[in-house]
Amino acid sequence: MELVEVQTGKTMFLLGNEAITRGALEAAVDVATTYPGTPSSEIADTFSAIAKYHKRQGKKPPFYFEYSTNEKVALEIAAAASFCGLRALTCMKHVGLNVASDAFMAYLYAGSKGGHIIVSADDPYCHSSQNEQDNRYFALFGNAPMLEPTTPQEAKEMTRVGFDISEELQLPVLLRTTTRLNHARGPVMVKKPRKPRGKGYFKKDPSVLVLHPATARERHLVLLQKLEEAENISDKSSFNEIIKCGKPSSMGIVTSGVSYNYVREVADDLKLDVSILKLGMTHPLPRKICETFINSCKEIIVVEELEPILENQFKTIAYDIGADVKIYGKSTGHFSRLYEYNPDIVTEIISKIFKIKNPLSKPRKVKIQLPSRPPILCPGCSHRATYYAAKKASPKGTIYPSDIGCYGLGKAPPLEMADLLICMGSNAGTAVGFAISTDQKIISFMGDSTFFHAGIPPIIDAVHHNHDCTITILDNRTTAMTGHQPHPGSEYDGMGRSAKLIKVEDVVKGLGVEHIEIVDPNNIKETTSAFKRALDFRGPAVVVSKAPCILLELQRKRVSGKKKSVYFIDQENCNQCKTCIDKFGCPAFYYAENGTIYIDEMQCNGCGNCVQICPFDAIKQKGERK
Amino acid sequence: MDRKISIVLAGLGGQGVITATNILGKAAVNANINVYASEIHGMAQRGCSVICTVRMGNVSGPLLATGTADAMLCTEPIEALRYIQYANKKTKIITDVTPVIPFTVSIGLQEYPDIEYVFEEIRSYAKLYTLDALKISKNAGAPISKNIVMLGALAASGVLPFPSNVLLETILDTVPQKYKEINKKAFEEGLKAFQPYKPIKIKRRK
Repeated sequence: MELVEVQTGKTMFLLGNEAITRGALEAAVDVATTYPGTPSSEIADTFSAIAKYHKRQGKKPPFYFEYSTNEKVALEIAAAASFCGLRALTCMKHVGLNVASDAFMAYLYAGSKGGHIIVSADDPYCHSSQNEQDNRYFALFGNAPMLEPTTPQEAKEMTRVGFDISEELQLPVLLRTTTRLNHARGPVMVKKPRKPRGKGYFKKDPSVLVLHPATARERHLVLLQKLEEAENISDKSSFNEIIKCGKPSSMGIVTSGVSYNYVREVADDLKLDVSILKLGMTHPLPRKICETFINSCKEIIVVEELEPILENQFKTIAYDIGADVKIYGKSTGHFSRLYEYNPDIVTEIISKIFKIKNPLSKPRKVKIQLPSRPPILCPGCSHRATYYAAKKASPKGTIYPSDIGCYGLGKAPPLEMADLLICMGSNAGTAVGFAISTDQKIISFMGDSTFFHAGIPPIIDAVHHNHDCTITILDNRTTAMTGHQPHPGSEYDGMGRSAKLIKVEDVVKGLGVEHIEIVDPNNIKETTSAFKRALDFRGPAVVVSKAPCILLELQRKRVSGKKKSVYFIDQENCNQCKTCIDKFGCPAFYYAENGTIYIDEMQCNGCGNCVQICPFDAIKQKGERK
Repeated sequence: MDRKISIVLAGLGGQGVITATNILGKAAVNANINVYASEIHGMAQRGCSVICTVRMGNVSGPLLATGTADAMLCTEPIEALRYIQYANKKTKIITDVTPVIPFTVSIGLQEYPDIEYVFEEIRSYAKLYTLDALKISKNAGAPISKNIVMLGALAASGVLPFPSNVLLETILDTVPQKYKEINKKAFEEGLKAFQPYKPIKIKRRK
């Protein structure tokens, strides 16, 4: 495995996320924890791959790594490791920090001991998220030092150096990234990984670590003092630098993260005379550098994606020092608070402010209407069968609260089995709310990983108050959408070791749910009956729909040399009722030019569920043909 | 290297677009050339449209401005058109000729445009080069090597700032031992298959 074998002095071509993991190895990380989520997943997946690589070699991995139950648990585990003097890293997607925020906010009061990096992978443009919240606010909100890398090389360096900053300040450091850094590849000069300590020792210090009100009041003061110290670090940090382009000029650009890449190329391409303040440590800001920069400029353009966080701070500093400077940004209407930036947006706005003709021309519209390729459930996905059965069982007007995961794709026609989706675990919480607010029937859906993550408390609520709703757990034994990571219902862990498999139905039983249906969704008739019984039950009912993810099934078949079975339509029997296309919606079906329906053998993953839904027995397994 | 080279790789999840991107970047690193690439993961995995970008030389990041691509490598023809805003008159668009029909078309909600019409539209924006990469990859021994056939065609286009053997060596370094022969053949056949578009009749489905 290249990422482990290459020791030092070589330039590797790494994903931003891989570079973060490499940086942690070079800083001798002892403990790494996560809950998977795009665009952060590959940081943890790389730790997992390295641990498994060591296991295959018969060696002990140099660190402990786990996919934790949720982000809050992940953060708490890593915090305890830090309290023992170990170095720890916790990574998550931006919304994961909402889940972990209860721990995050007070942890900063307690302060860390061993270096601790918390990676927040933000997702401007919502490439694969329910919102595009700007987690830089969390650094300001909780008073955490923050680093923002521009390139994979910087991501590695900031992770490595971030551990030192964390130990110097005795505070966890927020490494804030965005999709275009996490999923960008670039050259990374690697250094030698260092040997971690392995085990630490917890020295008791309740006057600091037990955050009772009296302690908390003192610790808040300490936190603010640490932040002053952090400002000094920021002022001396080489991650904050001024880059002069062209001739000396009173025009300035302030930027951070991936926005710097666009700014830099625009400055070069348009041959601008401008000073660029590139901020890498963005909280606390390097006050002295910022003041000097403001004083050297008559006009400043702030280029930052999403919220006007640098912009507002620069205005405050400019006001404080009485500087006569014009600041362009979001409040002046030049830049948007929406979505990702790109070279086009930055070129257009900067050339406008510099009163230069924008060299980029707007392309004309394509004359041909292109068909779309929306994400849909895979052919053979067992969720499709569960949805088909649930829909068949439910009366008109039934509400289907959904959740975060592949099954959210059930929103698409013809299934249309997602009516509401807010966040992890919200399916069951909102199901309870609907139960008290309307007489409509309710069937909610969540995956098994989501169940363990945030789905249990709302079920307890439903049981305790006897709310009349049906909650479905789609148990495919994996965290499928983020790349098939294991979870508490898996028989192995992130390091490839065997782990205690926790059965969803055992937990549900333990919660006191009185009506539990355990079904194989690939038996559609039985599953439909189970949903009917669950709906008839007065009170909370849980349906556990158990079938493995088809992609993992196919992988197992490939490894064991088995061929997938495929199905075909016996045209003599086909009545073209279109149930397979208009109701079931498996993407392996298609209309031929003459209107007859076929199954694409390349696409068919051989689940055979369409055989059960065809009213005319027209679908047959290949080889059955007479 | 003082100049900038920007390449767009477009196709569908599962066609090896991300792998091809990674190989291209590694080859540039092997040739001692500054390089950045961008990928989009997550929702893009499941048969959806995928776009990756690779930029080499005097560049700061992986994203390119509209109209600045030197080449576009497309594993599906309409995906070339989906990202045509990156092309200019001089851009070399290299595409496989085999359409992959989206689900939205299979169930009759949308239409897949006539392929010759697609190629004509592409030609109104840029220089078009087509090859039957799927057929070539099957002949090489595995349809999954289609992305490597495409890289071969790209190497023949003259866009890359390093010799084609650098790319081939990187490919052979990347793929597992047992697939080396297939990928070598795929790459070499791809090299030979680079040629300007000539109107041809394409069969849609078996």
